[in-house]
Amino acid sequence: MIPADSPVLILGARSDMARALAHEFAKAGHPLMLAARNAETLTEDVQDLAVRYQASVTTHDFDVLDIDGHAAFLGNLPKVPAVVVSVIGLMGDQDENTTNPDAARRVIDTNFTAPCLMLELCASRLAELQRDTAIIGIGSVAGDRGRAKNYVYGAAKAGFATWLSGMRQKYVDSRVHIMTVKPGFVRTSATADMDLLEPLTDDPATFAKKVMKALNRKRQVYYDIKWRAVMGVITHLPERVFMKTKF
Amino acid sequence: MSRREVLSGWGRWPKRDCTVDAFDPARDTPGQRPGGEITRGAGRSYGDAAMNTDLTYLGTLRNRFIDFDAASGELVVQGGVTIAEVLESFVPRGWFLPVTPGTKFATIAGVVAVDAHGKNHHLAGSFGDHVNWFDLMCADGQVRRCSPQEEPRLFNATIGGMGLTGHILAVSIKLRPVETAWIRQKTLPAENLEQAMALFEDNADATYSVAWLDCLAKGDARGRSLVLLGEHATVDELPPDQRAKPFDYPAPKPKSMPMDAPNWALNRYSLRAFNHLYYRKGQKAPPMELVDYDRYFYPLDAIHHWNRLYGKRGFTQYQCALPLDSAKEALLNQLDAISKAGLGSFLAVLKRLGPGAPDRPLSFPIEGYTLALDFPVTAQALTLMDTLDEITIAHGGRLYLAKDSRMTQTTMEAGYGDKLTEFRTLREETGAKSAFQSLQSKRLNL
Repeated sequence: MIPADSPVLILGARSDMARALAHEFAKAGHPLMLAARNAETLTEDVQDLAVRYQASVTTHDFDVLDIDGHAAFLGNLPKVPAVVVSVIGLMGDQDENTTNPDAARRVIDTNFTAPCLMLELCASRLAELQRDTAIIGIGSVAGDRGRAKNYVYGAAKAGFATWLSGMRQKYVDSRVHIMTVKPGFVRTSATADMDLLEPLTDDPATFAKKVMKALNRKRQVYYDIKWRAVMGVITHLPERVFMKTKF
Repeated sequence: MSRREVLSGWGRWPKRDCTVDAFDPARDTPGQRPGGEITRGAGRSYGDAAMNTDLTYLGTLRNRFIDFDAASGELVVQGGVTIAEVLESFVPRGWFLPVTPGTKFATIAGVVAVDAHGKNHHLAGSFGDHVNWFDLMCADGQVRRCSPQEEPRLFNATIGGMGLTGHILAVSIKLRPVETAWIRQKTLPAENLEQAMALFEDNADATYSVAWLDCLAKGDARGRSLVLLGEHATVDELPPDQRAKPFDYPAPKPKSMPMDAPNWALNRYSLRAFNHLYYRKGQKAPPMELVDYDRYFYPLDAIHHWNRLYGKRGFTQYQCALPLDSAKEALLNQLDAISKAGLGSFLAVLKRLGPGAPDRPLSFPIEGYTLALDFPVTAQALTLMDTLDEITIAHGGRLYLAKDSRMTQTTMEAGYGDKLTEFRTLREETGAKSAFQSLQSKRLNL
């Protein structure tokens, strides 16, 4: 059990999904460290958490792509976190991602290289604490099968899930619980212009509640139940069938 | 960065394909679309009020709490915060909403926009009576702080103004202190409408009062009801073992209506059976019960998607307000009309309203009674509602815009009279008439 008063670090704290997760942790009583670029612009969120849950919240400048700065960032935090959540992600534009090497690298580094290295570093620190701690990586169902629509993003998320799976095995004897979350559709400002199938879409608050429940049950890989069914079918389609589908 | 989505109100009729987008006040300035725009909160108004096919802004992600003053109970939130979010954070700290509608899933800006009333209207007035100020983005793109002192005309027109004066960005409200999360509920059976109305008048000092009414009862039993009274329980009124944790109550286990009920599920026989059983159960209810606030105020919220009960065709809620002196006659006429049409309503709710708010042009409540009925959308029900409109208007009453999806401009004008003219003038003057429009505002020329 992770004590309710132990600090939680949220990486990529600006997104709607991160905000909803922050609400859930604050509700449970955790102090929060919110990390994002231009952290000073998170004031509204700090105030929100303070008014809602009387939570103690600090903000910290963090650029995941500044890999050399990861160790210093972690060392300079006011408290050692007991839970680290990575909500970092960048979809980019698929056409650009497949033609412009800089765009491709940016998407792959933001979704894969950089957060994986950061979480690796966090895991080694948490393992040293020798008490119950957790790492939560928000991946995506897009990583389970390459689709024409978003396979650069998907490939990076697939790599992310594989890395975390490896880390899970590496740290199996430690007290660091490593959970991969694969959200399906979540209605956020980032997906405001997308057509999402309503029955398969959660609002951020509902999604966050499900993640908390999964964490408390010490799940390793968490899919929403409906998505487990959907992806169960999709991942089992033979490639020659899958390649002809339109979704 | 917008998409198309089929939207409808809570009644699921009408449905329209609308362009929707998230609203960002830093980026979005009003008046960019020829057909105007409207903000949609939680989509809990019943009809077409929060829909615009050209541009509907979705406001629910703007749900930050901004400030709270524990000395005065003043709470400031962004417009997209829901009542449920306020309750979740503040009931455990001993605060409650001053006025609440029958669903906790509505947003605060939505509640301001319809000037919602609750079971305490006869004493506490409507939601607008408890608003300190709000920030409104007007048609010119300027954000104005509106209160009874600053911009009073905009303040009054916006409360009940159905989002047609601007985007409500942030709202300051007064919370009321409570000692517990519990309500002492008293159930009083009334054999007919006359008795029910007498019970309302005799219990004018009860904090909360509302009646469930059996609109299928005939003859001398017309309007037989269960009048439900409520008071916030004090700590001393709780059973001894609950006094240490006065804000704890058994967590509701929400159920969900997984799919549409078939259209025939609600018919006069099933409704008659339900109404009969409900009344019998109420007659046997203990004179005083302790009920947690969730079950007391939001019983229907416990069944997610209960609007599917009416089937795919959707339903509409008919809610009228009737002046005190003509209310009884009007209600009896309406009950006769319903009975003659062979239709019934699953939920019929009667409530005594206190004085209205003449300063707020589109605020619905007027001193008297309000009756709310649900009907599936059928040709027969639509005809019946036209008859009900005639009775309402003939007796000096009006309809509630938050529920409406089908009244005519004539009915609207007859119900709100000069106040509507006042509202239209303000919309013209501020440029809101073209910038902020909904299917409802177009239908009724608001």
